[in-house]
Amino acid sequence: MNYSQILEIASCTDPGMVRSHNEDSIASDPNNGLVVLADGMGGYNAGEVASGMATTVITTELAQLLSKTQPYQVDQESKKPIAEKLIRDQVLKANTSIYQAAQSQAQYAGMGTTLVVCLFYDNKMMVGHLGDSRLYMLREGKFSQVTRDHSLLQEQIDSGIITAEQAKHAQHKNLVTKALGIDPVVEPEIREYSTKPGDVYLLCSDGLCDMVEDEDMGMTLQAIGGNLKLAAQQLVQMANDNGGKDNVSVILVRVLREYPAPRGILGMFRKG
Amino acid sequence: MAKLILSMDGLVLKEIPITKERTTIGRKAHNDIQIDNLAVSGEHAVIVTILNDSFMEDLGSTNGTLVNGNPVKKHFLQNNDTIELGKYKLKFIQEQGAQPAAAAADFEKTMVLRPSAMKAAAAAAAGGAGAVAARQAAVQQAAASAAAAGVADKDNKGAQIAAAAAAAKPAAAPAAKPAAAPAPAAAPAAAKPAGQPLGAIQLLSGGNAGKELELSKPLTTLGKPGVQVAVLTRRPQGYFITHVEGAQRPTVNGQAIGAAPHPLKDHDLVEIAGIKMEFFHKH
Repeated sequence: MNYSQILEIASCTDPGMVRSHNEDSIASDPNNGLVVLADGMGGYNAGEVASGMATTVITTELAQLLSKTQPYQVDQESKKPIAEKLIRDQVLKANTSIYQAAQSQAQYAGMGTTLVVCLFYDNKMMVGHLGDSRLYMLREGKFSQVTRDHSLLQEQIDSGIITAEQAKHAQHKNLVTKALGIDPVVEPEIREYSTKPGDVYLLCSDGLCDMVEDEDMGMTLQAIGGNLKLAAQQLVQMANDNGGKDNVSVILVRVLREYPAPRGILGMFRKG
Repeated sequence: MAKLILSMDGLVLKEIPITKERTTIGRKAHNDIQIDNLAVSGEHAVIVTILNDSFMEDLGSTNGTLVNGNPVKKHFLQNNDTIELGKYKLKFIQEQGAQPAAAAADFEKTMVLRPSAMKAAAAAAAGGAGAVAARQAAVQQAAASAAAAGVADKDNKGAQIAAAAAAAKPAAAPAAKPAAAPAPAAAPAAAKPAGQPLGAIQLLSGGNAGKELELSKPLTTLGKPGVQVAVLTRRPQGYFITHVEGAQRPTVNGQAIGAAPHPLKDHDLVEIAGIKMEFFHKH
């Protein structure tokens, strides 16, 4: 199935107002219904090396695999859609590549990256993520956060030590508890969600959600979501207008119509 | 890294990162920052930067140099200082982390809390303290070790650059900032656009003629969905109108706007989806 007629994708990335270079990396593969966003970390240029490796490895490897397998087919071992295994395996592959590069080359020591990856299939999406880059959703006028950060702050909110309101002013927003490329193995969080026509999904690095209130992001998508490219630029601009302290990256995906997996003659009967 | 934002009459012209020890400003072409205006002397002023500190020095210019409205010969620049040469303004912006006081304590950017480090800290805090407390101890430890080794942190680079500079490697200066923001460069570090005069529109034609709409939100959409929609955005440097959808573009004072956001001035006449309206600042 070619997803370029099913999903509308727009993106924008910017170094922000303070940093001299962009360590974020974004990629999309409209034909395969795949979007990837990574926010790199590590001294000098290593951050952009890590995030660039993550997006490249995942998009190229998945593109190859998707030409042979259908993500909605059920994996005999796990009884889950193959999409989950596809994402897990490629995330692990990216992790190994980044980790080995960091180990073998001094200038890359300690580099790593956050990650959000979404693969769309059969009226659903499989979402994998690590760290504090986020996925939000606008559905029927309601804007909500889909992923939960792997960060110390989120853990503190979860355990009730601080409230979400206090978290906005916390000192240690920057500490993530999971990232790609830091350790030899990594356990990405992977979940499946069902999608609806009209949904708009927003992937972003913390440069957006730290600078722009969720409410303003939702309002922007509602107000000018009709022009997805403009909405992406507007979100980046709002982060920059508020100080743009970090690199800002945004990917927007709109579901244009239903996209059920072909289920053969029997399936068509049932539907009809 | 510090930078200068060149503007005239409130319009941002250029953003200039300060990458050299001496950054010269003047009318002649050999200056690092050339301002081709007769009120500016050939060699007007220089900004000398040593590590994290920048000094502005007037080079005996004919019309003088103002900093924050006061004429100065030599001045230690601080964040948000405004240098004036004739009608031109240069705003001095210093990356917060580059300030020496902040450099040690500030680790604003993302670092990874490694499970191994957390385990070590948990073991250290074996006195029956809760896992969370142990974890907090781990944060400190992780932060400290990361800061020391420069490991796994996308910390504000100011600190790292400062360290590199201190190690007498000025060549390690980072690459110059690539093209600025996607739109006309915003005044950075500006707070919410609260300092701006509040804008409003008054409808001049159509069924609601005479009605007034305050533009207090960051963005307000106008028009008819499916026909023509425009958005008015409120930004630190003022209001802008941008075309969102529809075959026809909105007009400002009779001229159709382009694809880029168009700045709105007090008493501009705007037409969207056949409805005429006036934009104005509320006083």
